[in-house]
Amino acid sequence: MKKGRIWKYGDNVNTDVIFPGKYTYALMPPEEMARHALEDLDPGFAQNVKPGDVIVAGRNFGCGSSREQAAACLKFAGVQAVIAKSFARIYFRNAINLGLPVLQCPEAVDHVETGEEMEIDFTQSEIRTAKGTFKFPPLPDSVIGILEAGGLIEYTKKKLEAAK
Amino acid sequence: MGKTLTEKILGKKAGKDVRAGEVVTVSPDFILSHDNASAIIQEFRKFGIKSVKAPEKMVIVLDHIVPASEEKYAQNHKMIREFVAKQRIPNFFDINCGICHQVFAEQGFALPGKLIVGSDSHTTSYGAFGAFAAGIGRTEVASIWATDEIWLRVPETIRIEIDGKLPRGVYAKDVILKIIGDGGADMADYKAVEFAGRAAKKFSLGSRFVLANMSAEMGAKNGYFEPDEETLAWLKARARAEFDVIKSDPDAEYKSVLKYDISNLAPQLACPHTVDNVKPVTEVEDKTFHQGVLGTCTNGRVEDLQVAAKILKGKKIHPGVRLLVLPASWEVYREALKKRTLAVLAEAGCVILNPGCGPCLGAHEGILAPGEVALSTSNRNFRGRMGSRDSEIYLTSPATVAASCLVGKITDPRKFL
Repeated sequence: MKKGRIWKYGDNVNTDVIFPGKYTYALMPPEEMARHALEDLDPGFAQNVKPGDVIVAGRNFGCGSSREQAAACLKFAGVQAVIAKSFARIYFRNAINLGLPVLQCPEAVDHVETGEEMEIDFTQSEIRTAKGTFKFPPLPDSVIGILEAGGLIEYTKKKLEAAK
Repeated sequence: MGKTLTEKILGKKAGKDVRAGEVVTVSPDFILSHDNASAIIQEFRKFGIKSVKAPEKMVIVLDHIVPASEEKYAQNHKMIREFVAKQRIPNFFDINCGICHQVFAEQGFALPGKLIVGSDSHTTSYGAFGAFAAGIGRTEVASIWATDEIWLRVPETIRIEIDGKLPRGVYAKDVILKIIGDGGADMADYKAVEFAGRAAKKFSLGSRFVLANMSAEMGAKNGYFEPDEETLAWLKARARAEFDVIKSDPDAEYKSVLKYDISNLAPQLACPHTVDNVKPVTEVEDKTFHQGVLGTCTNGRVEDLQVAAKILKGKKIHPGVRLLVLPASWEVYREALKKRTLAVLAEAGCVILNPGCGPCLGAHEGILAPGEVALSTSNRNFRGRMGSRDSEIYLTSPATVAASCLVGKITDPRKFL
């Protein structure tokens, strides 16, 4: 598993600061979405994020709007996964549906800081950091199926083809 | 052990006995989308199939940026209209209808016992009618258009018992802000919220709408009331389908029960930049602001406009502030026009806008400049939501917005009632 650089934020990071409402109703290509990632939370993020980086946050990450770009912009920015103490429910579904891993692991969140690195092992359901290794609860089967297909569009496509 | 409304509705749709914690695959009764239908259409096309599976279940309302303020939005609307015609989607509501949640209810889709999903987080609103209603994302809606199916985890339920009597100058908005302020923005994450208790039972349909709408702001999957006679009477001439009233059993199992007595509640407001940063209005009095917003899917019904009109009648709003009024729908607009409510507001110096989402999500019609402060009846005050990252939003009731706009500073509305 590839090591990822950490960007750490607090509780209740909402969809408006992840991807502002003023861009939400414009259809945009992935690279443009990535340029607005976390624009109103951390204006330096979009220029400096590197493929494989990891976002670490507190409780209720992604609360607010159902806008899917709040998950898409992070994926297109190259973010490998989001690790939080908890996720808002629509955000959790959106991220899975787009193939962006979202992992709940409060212990890991408490033991890392911005700029440090971590390694995520999906097969062992663990996160390795300089301060130790932390287990996260394995994702439910329904969710793994969608992630393994690469997102809900591919998953549904396969289902539609199988039903033919 | 009995069951909650949510367990019953999801079980009925799944065709089996289900309990909180189980995952079910169900076929929704109705699927809402709005301007984001253009993005959903793009996803739907990736499936390579010609037709949507159940066009009669789809409800599309244009409301977020109406009329189109830029060419790119005009193109989105055009794409949606063409798709609607080609797929023969009967339930399409163009820019002359209103905000999707209000229109969805007025048009008789928000029905007791139904399972409704929508590509908007405030889809929870239809719980006001005793439906199970939850927000989902765009890709998921595209998938439902193709398959007529969705998986859902049956949520545990928090029961909130509201007793006592609303004091003068205090409204449903103050009640829900108080609850969210106490419990936090994730108090009901992944859970259902049942609003019950003697006071809640007497809430008007509009008040029920406010609580169900804002249950999204406590992280709830769905928030609901048991339908009362007013609800059923309102639905009589509107219901688009037959329905069964489904109620929680008296011995249903709840994750927790919260109790509120509202008899001594004071007007509340949510301070920047989170909905759970709630204080009594008296603690923030005299704070200056620049823009009032009266309307939105939370507080844009006739009863809300009337509360404001009562305070503003025969007076002028303070020259230091501007007050934008956005009725929740054109049905509301027409009724408020007939009742002269809009005349009172216009004479007081309000700017009356067309029904729609307006500035609530920061796309058009009243964007805030850096350093500006809004006092709004809407449901979110996240940083930058109504414009500049360096602006602020306070959320409150229509009465507090109206009273504050008279004084030019945040003001306790009880002084004017």
